[in-house]
Amino acid sequence: MPLPTDAIIGLMVDNLRTRGSVFPISISSTTKWARGLGIPHGGRSVIYTGHMYQLVPYINASVANLERFEDSFLGQFVFLARYANRLFNISRLMAIPSKADVAEYNEIMRSIALLLIEAGVEFGYLYESERYAGALAHDMGANEVFEEHARNVYSVLKGNGVENVITVDPHTTNMLRSVYATVIEGYDIGVKSYLEVLAEKDMKPARVMDADVVIHDSCVYARYEDVVEEPRRLLEKAGYRIKEPRDSKGLAHCCGGPVESLYPKVANRIGEKRVRQLTDAGGHTAALMCPICLATLKKAASPEIEIVDIASLLAKAYCSGHSNGGMC
Amino acid sequence: MPEVNPDFIEAVTTSEEFDAAACMNCGVCCALCPMEVDILPRRIFRYALLGLEEKVLENTASIYSCLLCRMCEVNCPAEVHIAENMRFLRHHINKNVFKL
Repeated sequence: MPLPTDAIIGLMVDNLRTRGSVFPISISSTTKWARGLGIPHGGRSVIYTGHMYQLVPYINASVANLERFEDSFLGQFVFLARYANRLFNISRLMAIPSKADVAEYNEIMRSIALLLIEAGVEFGYLYESERYAGALAHDMGANEVFEEHARNVYSVLKGNGVENVITVDPHTTNMLRSVYATVIEGYDIGVKSYLEVLAEKDMKPARVMDADVVIHDSCVYARYEDVVEEPRRLLEKAGYRIKEPRDSKGLAHCCGGPVESLYPKVANRIGEKRVRQLTDAGGHTAALMCPICLATLKKAASPEIEIVDIASLLAKAYCSGHSNGGMC
Repeated sequence: MPEVNPDFIEAVTTSEEFDAAACMNCGVCCALCPMEVDILPRRIFRYALLGLEEKVLENTASIYSCLLCRMCEVNCPAEVHIAENMRFLRHHINKNVFKL
């Protein structure tokens, strides 16, 4: 028996309405990645994480639990979780992330920030004031709670004097750049992905890389936001040789991740198919640019190919090491 | 015999988002869908346009399993906003069936 759709979406909607995120985690979990980087608080231009990378370790742990309920008689009792969640944050109980996962995803965030610093981009960070952008609620068709949340996020940005944001993942980019503008009258925040910002800069690699990289486009970047050439330009300039899989760029094959919270087994099946395409393209490393893709394809990965975030590959090439205290 | 729900037809035809009437049933969307499920999305759209709400609800799992990846949409010769239509149906179910 599949998981009860109404109970799962109900949990997300309740959480977004009362706790500000479909998957509420602590402030220290969302901001820990920035410790020691010296990013100023606030400013007219800020890096905006939307909590997506930070959420993945918790989602991974939660999905591992949900998979046990899927096709089990226990699945019919998931609705009880929604009632319990009104009294206390049940997501925390269902999702205790592995320390390795948390460290890995925080490291990706740090790489993105360090790349921006290396490129001479001036930006701040809202730290505890930053909010989840609402992508999952929007995708699930929870329009009312999403729109209310989007207005809250916009008021936080305006209240902090933010004019431009640099996003780090495709879903937050799509929300802040394209979707908010359709639900908030007079929406006036400038939004660029860090890949677009870096591609505009005349960055020189500190180390020229010598490796084949298979590229996996994010559906949202490629088909919603037209971010296709920027990651390729950055990788090529760094010396990486790009291998295109069978379905790429505007026709990229989805990773399956968007349905993971409702149909984990289906998501895994689609992920395995995509991993086969990436493996068949030749090359032992696949570069991804979305935390959801990363989580889904890592689960489906075969030993023949390493699934990594593009930020890690770019940091290896572009970060000189001295401008950030050798952290890169 | 499936029952026609006039309120559902009204909701579908007066919506600014739901543009499935432009669908010419060519099947490109189903052929390209990574989910490899035949029901997605043209038959669901036809049920909706005919006001066959029960038939739409029978396919709730398919509606929520759409990846919104737009592989179908970028190849649709009628330029139907397929992903947005799926979101429209999810919103309808959330409100009227799940009472969210």
